[in-house]
Amino acid sequence: VLVVAIGGWPVRITANEPSFLDLINRRYANFVSHDAEDVKLALRVDLAESRRSEPDDRPDDDVRVVRQQGKWSIQRSDFQAVWNPNGQTACIRQTANPYSLDSLLRIVHTLALAGDGGVLLHAARVIRSRRAYLFAGLSGAGKSTIAGLTPADATLLTDEISFVRRNQDTYVAYGTPFTGEVNRSGSNDSAPLGAIYFLRHGRQNVLERADAGAASRLLLRHVLFFATEADLVRRVFNSVCDCVVKTPVYWLTFVPDARVWELIQ
Amino acid sequence: VTAANTYLARNDEVAARLFEGEMIVLSPHGPTMFTLNEVASIIWQAADGSTSLHDIVVAKICAEYDVTLDEALADASQLADELARHGILLVSNEPIQPAAADGEGNGAA
Repeated sequence: VLVVAIGGWPVRITANEPSFLDLINRRYANFVSHDAEDVKLALRVDLAESRRSEPDDRPDDDVRVVRQQGKWSIQRSDFQAVWNPNGQTACIRQTANPYSLDSLLRIVHTLALAGDGGVLLHAARVIRSRRAYLFAGLSGAGKSTIAGLTPADATLLTDEISFVRRNQDTYVAYGTPFTGEVNRSGSNDSAPLGAIYFLRHGRQNVLERADAGAASRLLLRHVLFFATEADLVRRVFNSVCDCVVKTPVYWLTFVPDARVWELIQ
Repeated sequence: VTAANTYLARNDEVAARLFEGEMIVLSPHGPTMFTLNEVASIIWQAADGSTSLHDIVVAKICAEYDVTLDEALADASQLADELARHGILLVSNEPIQPAAADGEGNGAA
């Protein structure tokens, strides 16, 4: 049995193969909780035999998320899962690769925390001076580049997926174990959100404040959300809109060298 | 059907937020966003299901902007048709019931 807490939402995981739990334990090492209290979800992993011709990791393009009679059915080509929010139980049938579980956890978190102002974002995250800074952009905009230039007085937490959650009147950024090019699990800590930067390459470093309308449109494009239920979509939409009102958002045009960090504080 | 007996109502499944006169609307039918300019945002906000398009244009557009009634009505009708095609606005030749006209989170914030 393993308890993994991402964004302050503990999930107890069991599997019919102890070796798989060991794999998950290592993968989510920074997020393993030794406090079994207040577990939000008991997740059982049933492992099926792997078909070697299929890749382990794959995009979420073909994921299907549907709620029927109070239970969520979550399917991708490599897994099938059912989540009963009322009973706080879920099961997933998958092969022994960690990416299927990664995907299910991402989806479940987006659904479960949507009502609390929580959103998962495609964004790199850095903590500096006890503030979290998010760097978002389309593929190739420079998330991994700027993450790789992180100075000594800042800590890179993830270059891929960040979790932002409302805490009373502010927004807090949490680490996630979901990896990108840096390919290392993020740190399990949190900090108040200091600013959001939308990246673009340029010939000089320029910082421009984005108005809230533009910022919300931009940020919505970087939200990971898989359900189509109007109420949940509206909650996520409102969270993003609230977040950009409460958080400074900038366009950051940059050349790929460390001087760009002089603008980030 | 004329503007005098055309009624508009926001689709209550839509998520929308007003930022400095500009309304951002998220379609209920997929990850499509719409940005309404100032005038379109005014019409959107006034689309309560019970006020005719004609009355909206007279009270909210012609009273505030330097435009003739005919021009404003033509533009508003075109806008309404376009938003209706995308499913974010309901258009009817009779008043639209409140249940379908106004829901939490679909108006100005």
